[in-house]
Amino acid sequence: MTAFQKKLWAGLVVMGLLSPLGVFLPYYFGAEDAWGEWSAEKLREMIGYVPAGLEKLAYLWKAPIADYNPGGEGASIWIQALWYIFSGMFGVIIAGCVAYMLARVVRRNER
Amino acid sequence: MHIPDGYLSPQTYAPMFVVAAAFWAIAVRKIKTELSHRHVPYLAMAAAFSFLIQMFNIPIPGGTTGHAVGGAIIAILLGPWAAVLAISIVLIIQAIVFGDGGITAIGANCFNMAVVMPFVSYWVFRFTRGSSREGKRVIMSAFLAGYTGLFMASISTAIQFGIQPLIAHDAQGTPLYAPYPLEIAIPVMAIEHLLLFGIIEGIVTALILKYFMKNEMDLIHAFSEVKA
Repeated sequence: MTAFQKKLWAGLVVMGLLSPLGVFLPYYFGAEDAWGEWSAEKLREMIGYVPAGLEKLAYLWKAPIADYNPGGEGASIWIQALWYIFSGMFGVIIAGCVAYMLARVVRRNER
Repeated sequence: MHIPDGYLSPQTYAPMFVVAAAFWAIAVRKIKTELSHRHVPYLAMAAAFSFLIQMFNIPIPGGTTGHAVGGAIIAILLGPWAAVLAISIVLIIQAIVFGDGGITAIGANCFNMAVVMPFVSYWVFRFTRGSSREGKRVIMSAFLAGYTGLFMASISTAIQFGIQPLIAHDAQGTPLYAPYPLEIAIPVMAIEHLLLFGIIEGIVTALILKYFMKNEMDLIHAFSEVKA
């Protein structure tokens, strides 16, 4: 690994450690879900009903680490921040490994 | 910009899978020939970077949140086809492991953030920088690439949301999936990405490109091609 690549990885680690800003900032500014990403319950509050097709599909998949927050919505913001870092690390490791393996496999076939 | 399960009707999400899969297939063939041996570790870093930057939710006070995607800088540094793969990997993991974006919407989300964004960004960068390889113009181009790329991805997303009430409703006209029409979806998505999230994406793109220009100029894909 080159010195430059080491610096980049270090930068990514710093980003991971700072990632709870993505939890704290929306919390302090009272900002909620991204537009169009509401839960079915939230949508019912907003428009008075849950569209029939949406209701069928919305619970199709139960993600193992839903919302980067295995502690659940009720957990304190600090616990959520910690889980956020761990979720981030976990996600980054999988994403990085899959991308690396894909690039390696594709390149190897070429030779 | 991660469309959840239930917001897109099957007549939208199924074709989007086909479109995304076509881009994945071409991307794999492209990186076979175009991605140099040196770039392999950078593809991993690109995926890691995109995952992380998307964790930084930026609030609109009292309103919604959004985030950058990293699609522009990845397209400039590694080329748009490598960006298609790096960001798609991230989006698929986000959907399956973290429930961020729906399983049924993986095709649509990949089309918006992993296809529209990197290609628009790449073209904007190549077009606006002209033949410049240094200086303010290149940095401004990078900003514009990020800004425009994220904006166009948000418009593409807004169109997919907005057409749902038109194409999928019951006999009384009640929407079956995403309930907001184009007249609402497009302005909302456009304004929040023009005024805030796009600017963040632009700044991130410009700063990182500047850093690479200082340290690894010959790695940058968008500078390596002969100008057409």
